[in-house]
Amino acid sequence: MVATQETIDKVKEVSSTYKYGFVTDLEAEKAPLGLSEDIVKFISHKKKEPRWLLEWRLKAYKKWLSMEAPNWAMVDFPKINFQDIYYYSAPKTKPKLNSLDEVDPELLRTYEKLGIPIKEQEVLAGVAVDYVFDSVSVATTFREKLAKEGIIFCPISEAVQTHPDLVQKYIGSVIPISDNYYAALNSAVFTDGSFVYIPKGVKCPMELSTYFRINEQNSGQFERTLIIAEDDTYVSYLEGCTAPQRDENQLHAAVVELVAMNNAEIKYSTVQNWYPGDKDGNGGIYNFVTKRGNCIGKKSKISWTQVETGSAITWKYPSCVLKGDDSVGEFYSVAVANNAQQADTGTKMIHIGKNTKSTIISKGISAGKAQNTYRGQVQIQKNAKGSRNFTQCDSLLIGDKCGAHTVPYINQFTPHARVEHEATTSKISEDQLFYCLQRGLDTEQATSLIVNGFCKEVMKELPMEFAVEAQKLIGISLEGSVG
Amino acid sequence: MGNLNYLTNIGRKMPLLEIKNAKLKLDNKDILKGLSLSVNRGEVHAIMGPNGSGKSTLSYMLAGRDGYELASGEVFLEGQSLSDMEADERARSGLFLAFQYPVELPGVGGMSFLREAVNSRRKFLGEEELDHLAFVKEARKVASKMFVKDEMLKRAVNVGFSGGEKKRFEILQMAMLKPKVSILDETDSGLDVDALKIVSDGVNAQRNDENAIVVITHYQRLLDYIVPDFVHILSDGNIIKSGGPELALEVEKNGYAGLINAA
Ligand SMILES: Nc1ncnc2c1ncn2[C@@H]1O[C@H](COP(=O)(O)OP(=O)(O)OP(=O)(O)O)[C@@H](O)[C@H]1O
Ligand SMILES: [Mg+2]
Repeated sequence: MVATQETIDKVKEVSSTYKYGFVTDLEAEKAPLGLSEDIVKFISHKKKEPRWLLEWRLKAYKKWLSMEAPNWAMVDFPKINFQDIYYYSAPKTKPKLNSLDEVDPELLRTYEKLGIPIKEQEVLAGVAVDYVFDSVSVATTFREKLAKEGIIFCPISEAVQTHPDLVQKYIGSVIPISDNYYAALNSAVFTDGSFVYIPKGVKCPMELSTYFRINEQNSGQFERTLIIAEDDTYVSYLEGCTAPQRDENQLHAAVVELVAMNNAEIKYSTVQNWYPGDKDGNGGIYNFVTKRGNCIGKKSKISWTQVETGSAITWKYPSCVLKGDDSVGEFYSVAVANNAQQADTGTKMIHIGKNTKSTIISKGISAGKAQNTYRGQVQIQKNAKGSRNFTQCDSLLIGDKCGAHTVPYINQFTPHARVEHEATTSKISEDQLFYCLQRGLDTEQATSLIVNGFCKEVMKELPMEFAVEAQKLIGISLEGSVG
Repeated sequence: MGNLNYLTNIGRKMPLLEIKNAKLKLDNKDILKGLSLSVNRGEVHAIMGPNGSGKSTLSYMLAGRDGYELASGEVFLEGQSLSDMEADERARSGLFLAFQYPVELPGVGGMSFLREAVNSRRKFLGEEELDHLAFVKEARKVASKMFVKDEMLKRAVNVGFSGGEKKRFEILQMAMLKPKVSILDETDSGLDVDALKIVSDGVNAQRNDENAIVVITHYQRLLDYIVPDFVHILSDGNIIKSGGPELALEVEKNGYAGLINAA
């Protein structure tokens, strides 16, 4: 047993240093510390926004002032001082680039360290990457190819300039400024994010991908993403994130809105790997995100797939509002919480149209002294006759100090619908571990294999290149949890 | 040169697996009570014994399962003491255990599991890891010899496998890993007549001058197929009698009672 302890210690030593913990030295241009009407104006001014958007922001800011921070999630953290956050920062170089050669080499090195093979992604995977770096997009690729199809894929700040009508029409249409505390905050101070528009009849020929990265110390990130898919379209969007190691907690309150018209399909995949804090829970990102998709059109489909391994606290519920008849909502989720991480995540499926269908597959993995909560709501409204929901929530516990909780709400207002809910809780058994060890796998490999097996139904929903990355990530985030 | 040869020869003469006076307690109960056994290269040993006599315990102890550490005594693999080696290190060093009850790994594809196992062993041996294609080819080849369908390799490890399929899959893994010492714990139980033959052929195909196999069984029938060099009777935590294949016949005819009383 002595040897076992040694192994555990060694593994802990290695894994306690966050793999992506480094800081890029880019001088930032910051707004003064804190939040006020002036700051909102500062941001809007910096971005040369039209008047309507400034007014929209100010309305959101006033709304936010009248709201209280919610506290219903099963997460525990010190009160956030919103006056102690920088709401705007941008890298000093703000180039409009045609190729990656023009990108600040410092920045490229950052991506290299993250193991993001930029060139490879462009060439091999055919991925158009819209890099968001400290709130300002610095490089956009594959624009032309997309433009040929009439697809717009650009930073939302740019879309505000080039397609103000579209932005004005849809921003806040899925998640109104008054939706919740953090959505209101985001609406007031969002700096950038992605904008995607798929015109009628177009199937997007490549996965659209954005790597987000929080960099500037104390600058909360307030991204805003808006994806609009017109009739008869398809688009797959990938969002992946890592962040450098920090001692202070960093707030991240993004808003993502999706709109799907008749027969449109939006597939939104996330791999989230922000700094989770050290093993005692110091530092780490607070990830409070509002994500919602409107299936407005008939036979439209929105599918959320998420692999959440990072952040000190994750608080998010990617949801679908199924308005169009025969529309489909899906939610596939893996949430890993290790050490002192807390995750409260799940989804809402609001069935409004007839014969609407939703599927929820949630896999929660808890290790260390982490708490992992699935919170889901399935609402079948009066007219949603013939609708169906299937929910499956599985929890896997590693060790005996962690917790898994399942909180499903079901509101059914018509008898002509079917709602099914299944839930299981299991542990990695000693038998399984020994079996793997006996075949020569080490404890980390074995854990990773068993956990990835547990998540398989979700992982197979991810685009191939993302799935591989996500699998590795799950392994890394559970290092040292079994011994 | 001469010196080196001399040294290698000593190495070769040393038993491949040597158990010296092994004592082991489970839950404060004595299970292994000073068991000794020597297995040389090229040999097949059969261990028979009544239920609860400690056969599986012996195999777990050898494989290095947590909780099965020796209270006293020692085990050597090629002269190297196993006491400081974890289960995975022992496995990579060439110790293989075919489980009496193979374990299900939901969602873990057979092919990827096998590949990780094989590459761990190859890495240990300083061999190049097999890429996906090369591996799949090799796995299919071995599988077809064992009459294991490709389809089974795509399924999750042991999940929903019949008893016989599980045992076949164990031997398939053995064939892929090419261990030095294999311990087969009741690999014959649950096999139909045809499967017994297939599995035995699979095991026999791997017999050579360099490795050794220890088969644990209740039935003499298996030993018609896998003919052992030695048969040992394990009773109440100790080997009470050793002999050649004829000892198995004696057990078959008279049961253990006579042997145990005589001991
Ligand atoms: N964890 C444990 N704690 C206490 N006793 C145990 C434990 N595990 C096994 N035993 C006991 O150890 C003894 C040997 O068990 P073992 O499984 O090695 O027997 P076996 O020879 O393999 O039997 P079989 O032929 O039925 O497979 C049995 O009496 C069993 O009840
Ligand atoms: Mg047994």
